[in-house]
Amino acid sequence: MIKISEELFAKIKENVIKGRRNEKDEDLEGGSVGEPGVKELIEEALEGEIEPKKLIECINDAMLTVGKKFDTGEYFVPDMLASAEAVSEGMEVLEPQLSKGGIKKEKFVVATVEGDIHDIGKNIFAMMLKGAGFDVIDLGTDVSADEIVKTVKNEDAEIVGIGLSALLTTTMENMGGVIEKLREEKLEKEVLVGGVAVSNEYADKICAIYCADAFEGVDKAKELAKRG
Amino acid sequence: MREGVLVKPYERLEKAQIEKIHEASLSILRDPGIISYNREAAEIFADNGAEISSNNGYWRISIPEGLIEESVKHAPSVVKLGAREKENSLILDGKESRVRFGTGSEANVILDMDVEDFVSERTGIKRSFPVFQRRRGTVKDLCKAAHLCELLENVDFFLRNVNIQDDDITDDNKDVNKFYASLNNTTKHVMAGLTNLEKLDDVIRMAELVSGGRKEPIISFIACVTKSPLQFIKESTQNLIEMTRRNYPVVISVSPQGGSTAPIQEAGMVAQQNAEILAGVVLSQLVREGAPVLYGSNPLRVRMDNLDNMYGAPETNQYYIGGVQMARFYGIPCYSAAGVGDSKFPGIEATAEKMMSHLFSSLSGAQYVHYAFGLLEGTNTLSFEQLILDDLHVGFCKSMLRGQRIEEELRDSLEEIREVMGTSHKMFTRYARKYMRAGEVIPFYPFDGDANETLIKARERKGDLLAAPVEEIPEDIKRGIFQEFDVLERIR
Repeated sequence: MIKISEELFAKIKENVIKGRRNEKDEDLEGGSVGEPGVKELIEEALEGEIEPKKLIECINDAMLTVGKKFDTGEYFVPDMLASAEAVSEGMEVLEPQLSKGGIKKEKFVVATVEGDIHDIGKNIFAMMLKGAGFDVIDLGTDVSADEIVKTVKNEDAEIVGIGLSALLTTTMENMGGVIEKLREEKLEKEVLVGGVAVSNEYADKICAIYCADAFEGVDKAKELAKRG
Repeated sequence: MREGVLVKPYERLEKAQIEKIHEASLSILRDPGIISYNREAAEIFADNGAEISSNNGYWRISIPEGLIEESVKHAPSVVKLGAREKENSLILDGKESRVRFGTGSEANVILDMDVEDFVSERTGIKRSFPVFQRRRGTVKDLCKAAHLCELLENVDFFLRNVNIQDDDITDDNKDVNKFYASLNNTTKHVMAGLTNLEKLDDVIRMAELVSGGRKEPIISFIACVTKSPLQFIKESTQNLIEMTRRNYPVVISVSPQGGSTAPIQEAGMVAQQNAEILAGVVLSQLVREGAPVLYGSNPLRVRMDNLDNMYGAPETNQYYIGGVQMARFYGIPCYSAAGVGDSKFPGIEATAEKMMSHLFSSLSGAQYVHYAFGLLEGTNTLSFEQLILDDLHVGFCKSMLRGQRIEEELRDSLEEIREVMGTSHKMFTRYARKYMRAGEVIPFYPFDGDANETLIKARERKGDLLAAPVEEIPEDIKRGIFQEFDVLERIR
């Protein structure tokens, strides 16, 4: 039993690193189609009654390897995102078991602010957050302050942070508006901001946390989750 | 074998225009004909029915059309160039537009680049800047150049690119040293001109020692037979005759200058250059029927302010394309040029000028594009940093020229589009991975930064490459070479 689970862990790890969500996916070189991916492997693990907690540890371990490969230049952004997607698909399978066991994932709300429809950065951030094990509530683009506040209110207890994105200098100003509204409603959530137009100075001015890119955003989200 | 990139050639000239230029070249070779300062060449032509008139120290040769057309037919379409590493050998086919890039020129000057820190007087901020120093090229530089080119993946062949001017390099030992320096540091095909014809057999013997007597020659030669306009030079014409006798591949290289030694207008230039090359081809085939030759086209325009060369001129590129099209018309592999500019320093101007000809020469389908790496100030200077940049940019050209695979890609893409539209993130990134891993996509510009940072990064890359080993000639063969020839111990 121990041996079987070890083999399975190794396979899960390998497939996270290769960014294979499921059996239909290719690996980095375009091969492996038809072999089980993270989704099938996690299903198999759950059938074999392997503890979900152990699976999460295994996934986290794999993502650390992916991060290292990115840092050394072996991996590029598409590789990171593919791995994050694979984790995300695995987490969907794990979700019911986690809830049963009383394990809750940290929630994070992400949105592109009102007036702006640019969402590449926000989407990369969302993908990476899911890959890091967060439950991501993606409100999409052109999202009003009211809608963000409403969502935060509904899910309040479990939310560790909010990520806002803007590409345009004109829409960037709406980030400040969101934070004001949150404070009016006494919602003391930390807000991460990012996007080409946004600067460290602006983030300081509106009392938000500046993230230079999606990857820094994920690091900061993890810090917030640790703080609790 | 290095396959090169098969391109669908860009044809600037229509077929009927090519025929007209061909006829014009034949007419030029009849009248005024070629002036030969080489007696033997004149005699060979005379023996084969050309009209010769003798003058004081030279002969005027009027070549009949039939002789030209008959001789050109004997020039082989396929020329095989071997290499120390078999995988690096080349098969040039004059009827197939398969493009390869290599080095060229025999640069007199090496432009050394150092990096120094400077402090702003106004702000006190310290920054690093490149500083340059010009000096004469040495045999060690040639070793380094060959070493770099061995490791740079877009260099398909090595044409010695440094004029070795050390104090102990003489007319007698220059040839063996330049060939040894090249052969010992690269396993790619090596090509060079000859300084001293008496050393031809030494060089051939050395190459055969290295190759173990393999059939395809691992070295080949360049003979700049003609000085424009239309004059056979005494020495280099003799080189062509002797190299051909030994059945070694030779480039019949000419370099007419539009506006000074050739007409400035495209048609006149291409016709005169073609006549000059054809005269060499005819001579080679009369010496030895079926002798392997390359159509060596290096035309360029001159500057109007001082009549100096202006490789970066747009017209130079028009001339290049004409040359390649004429070579294809005869089915003779084309030795063309690209990557020569007028800039004296590596970086932006150099790259802009180079990219234009890198693209046009390769687009026109030349089989053997020389000069493509590292040259500055025309062909006078070699910069190792620019060589590193050029490798990347030639890689861009090769990627751009790669054949399309529309059917296969459409099938994959449709699947991807449907798949991605079903996701929340709508990103195609995961499907880019296999193209990146297959080396088909350059992931990003590796030397990005302002002009100075780019050069500093290229210099770092140069350092890394020079520190990496290359496969040298085996020790037992080296021993034989050093016993037999006057090769300098310091490049052993």
